Amino acid sequence: MSEEQAYEPKIVAFLCKWCSSAGSDLAGVSRIQYPANATPITVPCSGSISPLYILSAFNKGADGVLLSGCHIGDCHYIEGNYLARRKIYLIKELLEMVGVEPDRLRMSWVSAAEGAKYAQVVKDFVADLKPLGPQDKLKADRT
Amino acid sequence: MTKKRTGVFVCHCGNNIAATVDVARVVKEMSAEETVVYSQDYVYMCSDPGQNAVIQAIKDNQLDSVVVSCCSPSLHEKTFRDNTTRAGISGFTCEIANIREQCAWVHKDRDVGTEKAIKISRSAVRRAGRNQSLEPIAVPVTRRVMVIGGGIAGIQASLDMANAGLEVILVERQATLGGHMLQLSETFPTLDCSQCILSPKMVEVSRHPKIKVMTYCEVQEVSGSVGNFKAKILKKPTFVDPEKCNICDDCTQVCPVVVPNEYELGLTARRAIYIPYAQAIPASYTLDEEACLGLNPIRCGKCKDACEADAINYDMRPETVVEEVGAIVVATGFDLYPQENIAEYGYGKVEDVLDGLQFERLCSASGATSGHVLRPSDHKVPKDVVFIQCVGSRDPAQHCAYCSKICCMYTAKHATLYKHHVPDGRAYVFYIDIRSGGKGYEEFVQRTMEEDGAIYLRGRVSKLYRHNGKVKVLGTDTLTGQNVEIDADMVVLALAMQPSKGTAQAAKVLKIGRDKDGFLAEAHPKLRPVESVTAGIFLAGAAQGPKDIPETVAQAGAAAAKVIALLSQATLSHAPTVARVRRSHCTGCEMCVTACPYHAIRLENGKAVVNEVLCEGCGSCTATCLRAAIEVKNATQMQVFEMIEACLA
Repeated sequence: MSEEQAYEPKIVAFLCKWCSSAGSDLAGVSRIQYPANATPITVPCSGSISPLYILSAFNKGADGVLLSGCHIGDCHYIEGNYLARRKIYLIKELLEMVGVEPDRLRMSWVSAAEGAKYAQVVKDFVADLKPLGPQDKLKADRT
Repeated sequence: MTKKRTGVFVCHCGNNIAATVDVARVVKEMSAEETVVYSQDYVYMCSDPGQNAVIQAIKDNQLDSVVVSCCSPSLHEKTFRDNTTRAGISGFTCEIANIREQCAWVHKDRDVGTEKAIKISRSAVRRAGRNQSLEPIAVPVTRRVMVIGGGIAGIQASLDMANAGLEVILVERQATLGGHMLQLSETFPTLDCSQCILSPKMVEVSRHPKIKVMTYCEVQEVSGSVGNFKAKILKKPTFVDPEKCNICDDCTQVCPVVVPNEYELGLTARRAIYIPYAQAIPASYTLDEEACLGLNPIRCGKCKDACEADAINYDMRPETVVEEVGAIVVATGFDLYPQENIAEYGYGKVEDVLDGLQFERLCSASGATSGHVLRPSDHKVPKDVVFIQCVGSRDPAQHCAYCSKICCMYTAKHATLYKHHVPDGRAYVFYIDIRSGGKGYEEFVQRTMEEDGAIYLRGRVSKLYRHNGKVKVLGTDTLTGQNVEIDADMVVLALAMQPSKGTAQAAKVLKIGRDKDGFLAEAHPKLRPVESVTAGIFLAGAAQGPKDIPETVAQAGAAAAKVIALLSQATLSHAPTVARVRRSHCTGCEMCVTACPYHAIRLENGKAVVNEVLCEGCGSCTATCLRAAIEVKNATQMQVFEMIEACLA
């Protein structure tokens, strides 16, 4: 049981440069504390996230993948987040098909003004991932 | 590919990073990376010695790429990329690992923080390991500027830029320039007449050979990027030709439609055909299409018949014009917080309860009462006037959390003006605190209290309602602990400032950020206060946050200076991190062509080709390409894969 309590899900967080990465910066400037499970990778736009990136993260041992972009309608690159949103639905179906809980992939909209929201998104995601336990369906070196 | 020679530089940021992250351990872990040949830490990497240390290390160790683990790239990416360029290698080989905002500041546990800082730094090292040396792409500059908003901010910015030789297009949605400043009676702390200081500037703008004034216009769409924006501007029809109109006023005499006058904030009425105020610029009438009985001359047509100059044309239609500009200044201003939202003060329905701007109109010589302070309900001189500060401001539970900054001063001004108009009247001011920071401001408030005899009561008003022909005001004086009850003839609410409706619209059209309160977000709150996050778009005035006239004018001048500096360059550099096609992999499926929001990709001989000037490097194409045939330079698939691996190691 103690092993389960010690389980800390590993998350890769793809943050768009203009909104969500700036939002995470604001969380920092505001000194809002949140779990360290999510390691951020800043990308130009949520629309630049290839499905391969998400699958690759699961393949390399991620327990969860977060994709966070500008609010719908506010994309710095006009419509990238619409492209991202469409892709997320498809990838979730794909994950379900191969037996990975679709909840391990999360999309959020966090603007540059929403530092507190970014912290909450990470907190919630970590809490929601914990009951699912480690992800090893897509992990390359399954034991 | 020969192996990279990367240098890693880890910043303590004083104690900001070092308190949570074991900096020495990050350095040690990074030195174990395959591509890293040099690593060090320093207390302030961004300082002069810090930057010099990077240059020295690049030269001594023949580094070809750099990783700086420090604060957010929004702060110092440019600093360190420029520094890398100074050392003789491409700035685009430099990557920032954000271990402050995204790590040290949000975690307390040192072990946890250090682990995460290592992952973030390693991820940047892996990315840098595959970075190409890139040089900025030179793009031509359009030496014209568009200013959105014709209030004092827009007017000042336009004049400053036009006087420096730039062509300016000033777009204003109302029928006249001037904005809210035009509605003010006098200005604090000097009690200058607002129109006397604004009108000459408006005239100067309208006569300036370099400024094109577009009133009654709205910006609908903006495309392009810094140096080369394309703006689609809607010209709403005024149905009056300003060239022919000689402002004789014959048309309003015959117009049968009466609607509230916005310029007088509903204190007076106007006709469907109107001039906002006598000294409006442009000096011409406007026919309000919504209020007019119909533009069909068979239904009414009285104004057209009356117009001897033949200036009225019912056949005017909305027009769209496209303007090409190199930079944009957003000066869309503020609105007052709606009185309708304030439940305890009667939702704006209690008679003789005015907002601050309405009181300005009552005091103004050009206002409805020709400068006599008369209460609206019965046109009598009010003898007891209550001024309430912080209405809607500093109230996170119900209204706006922020301080609107100008209300303490304008309420003091109102009390003073009232006492000047009605020397035997009593002015009561309810306040929470007096915030009178500014040159001559504190002295002004003291004069209001001591010389003009306004009665300041520290406390809030809990309720007000009509009672026996007066307004009953129930409040508390927290300094004496007494409840206060005043039978007021008139009440003036210092309502919060909020971003104007046009500000929300402009932010949407320009794709620039707003803060949690809806004001336009600056690129950095201290170091880049007049720039938006998007290059080439600048901010001025109350659209960026509550501020008074001197601050607005200063900010407008600052925005103008930034634009002048930007557009004085012969060419601008466009980031070279644009899409690149691997021709051997491309099958010509056109998926990327469809995905590109900038129409920067086209098919040539069956292969995708990228227009590097149009490409913004968003990567939408990358995510759709099945064969990884199109990628953004220095953010390639291989790089992202390696970063993912580093994050999970």
